[in-house]
Amino acid sequence: MREVRRLRSVVIRWIVACACVLFGVAWAAEDRRALDEIQKYRDMLKDGNPADLMELKGEGLWTTPRGPKQATLEACDLGLGPGVLEGAYAQLPRWFDDAGRVLDTESRLIHCMTTLQGMTTEEAIQGWTRPGSDMEALVTFVATKSRGLPIRPSQSHPREAEMSAIGEALFFRRAGPLDFSCATCHSLDARRIRLQELPNFLDPASARESMIQWPAYRVSQSAVWTLERRLIDCIRQMRAPDADYGSDVIVALQMYLQRQASGGVLEAPGIKR
Amino acid sequence: MEYPRRHFFIKAAGVIAAFAAAGWIDPTLADSVEWNKRAFDVKTLDELVGLLGGEPASISEAIHFDAPDIAENGAVVPLAIVSAIPGTESIAILVEKNPNVLAAMFTLPEGTLPEIQARVKMAETCNVYALVRAGGRSFYTAKEIKVTLGGCGG
Amino acid sequence: MGNPMKIRARAEGDVVEVKVLMAHVMETGQRKNQAGELIPAWFIQRVEATYGDRVVLSAQWGPAISANPFMSFKFKGGAKGEKVRIAWFDSKGDTRTDEVIIA
Repeated sequence: MREVRRLRSVVIRWIVACACVLFGVAWAAEDRRALDEIQKYRDMLKDGNPADLMELKGEGLWTTPRGPKQATLEACDLGLGPGVLEGAYAQLPRWFDDAGRVLDTESRLIHCMTTLQGMTTEEAIQGWTRPGSDMEALVTFVATKSRGLPIRPSQSHPREAEMSAIGEALFFRRAGPLDFSCATCHSLDARRIRLQELPNFLDPASARESMIQWPAYRVSQSAVWTLERRLIDCIRQMRAPDADYGSDVIVALQMYLQRQASGGVLEAPGIKR
Repeated sequence: MEYPRRHFFIKAAGVIAAFAAAGWIDPTLADSVEWNKRAFDVKTLDELVGLLGGEPASISEAIHFDAPDIAENGAVVPLAIVSAIPGTESIAILVEKNPNVLAAMFTLPEGTLPEIQARVKMAETCNVYALVRAGGRSFYTAKEIKVTLGGCGG
Repeated sequence: MGNPMKIRARAEGDVVEVKVLMAHVMETGQRKNQAGELIPAWFIQRVEATYGDRVVLSAQWGPAISANPFMSFKFKGGAKGEKVRIAWFDSKGDTRTDEVIIA
């Protein structure tokens, strides 16, 4: 009797194990298929990216006299000389002597809008959280001029290396009520939130794949999000204190992430969930 | 057995065409310079076909409907529809579980190919229909598209 | 008046493929704002594409067309160098027309 019972239990265990393996295989295949279909979804959206509308608007803003000085932005120096747009985005953030700071695209645009056009910082970034804001349009326009070029943040000034080191420290620094860091989610392979894959910024291939898409049209927001906006919102989601627009914290994080993604060929503007 | 039925339908189609010619029912709806509120208020495919006139829509393999099985976000779901039905006059897109089922109707005049791409919002996972009108008749194909909830979003 | 559309039109043989992006919120009337009030519906209701005097596409849209709408279509008999014109009309009576030269 005991023999029979043991045999039965072995058989049951064997059946359960087989079922688990089969279910696991089926589940993995289903999972793979889901990711393939999501890739198809993304591919279908690439042609006809609404970010192109922001590029058009940005181009208009760039060449229109605005602000108290009624000047255009055509003399704005994004690091490669006044008015040089081609490749400028791919090499930001960088050190600027005239500002005495390392600046990213947004903070450099603010600098140009305040110095050339006579705007206040508040005027320059007005409505930056609203879809279709001027800043969103300008960054999209500037980024588009680096499409097809490799990400190559400037490495010509010691303060740039310093900002990158600060960015790296911030990336790993746990903070806030959740004791969370960027690295909590973004230093591991093949992690995701629901069906959203998370880039691993410690892996250059994964970092490039992510960074070449920014700025990106977010279909959930009906708006282009710049990298700066993405990072500010990451910090908010970590429940850390809000970071200011154009602040050194954001510039430092960008400097580190762009370095991690060096060599990635820009596809900006991208399109994302 | 088949013959009288078909004969009846041919007759019925003739009558409908005559009504359409007289302007009593609008065979395309999308031609109008007014927005067709009645069409956008329908709750089902059948109801829309009833409004358009003619027999109930029949399922057709001559409509090629390309869309991802899973949409990463229901706010933007890309669709590509190609009809191989001769004489295709219009293509409509319907989303089964949206508050307003009809999303769009495209009227294709003579010389315009029966190929349309558009993007729709989907409130939840459900069937999406491509409805083709040709010669006063309605044809459709359906595809189920799943809508996922994303994470923090790229 | 709305913001400009982005229109691309490319001829291959005698078939012209037209791709259009329109800047529009396409508000459904079903969403609420932070104060809990319904945001009124505001969406493109009609679209018309013309080549010279010829209407090559007309469409009626509901609020289920995505924000910043994209559409594409193809028509026969278009020539390079000629223009395609697109017009939209929305639920607030606003309208916008843009055109592009066929490449």
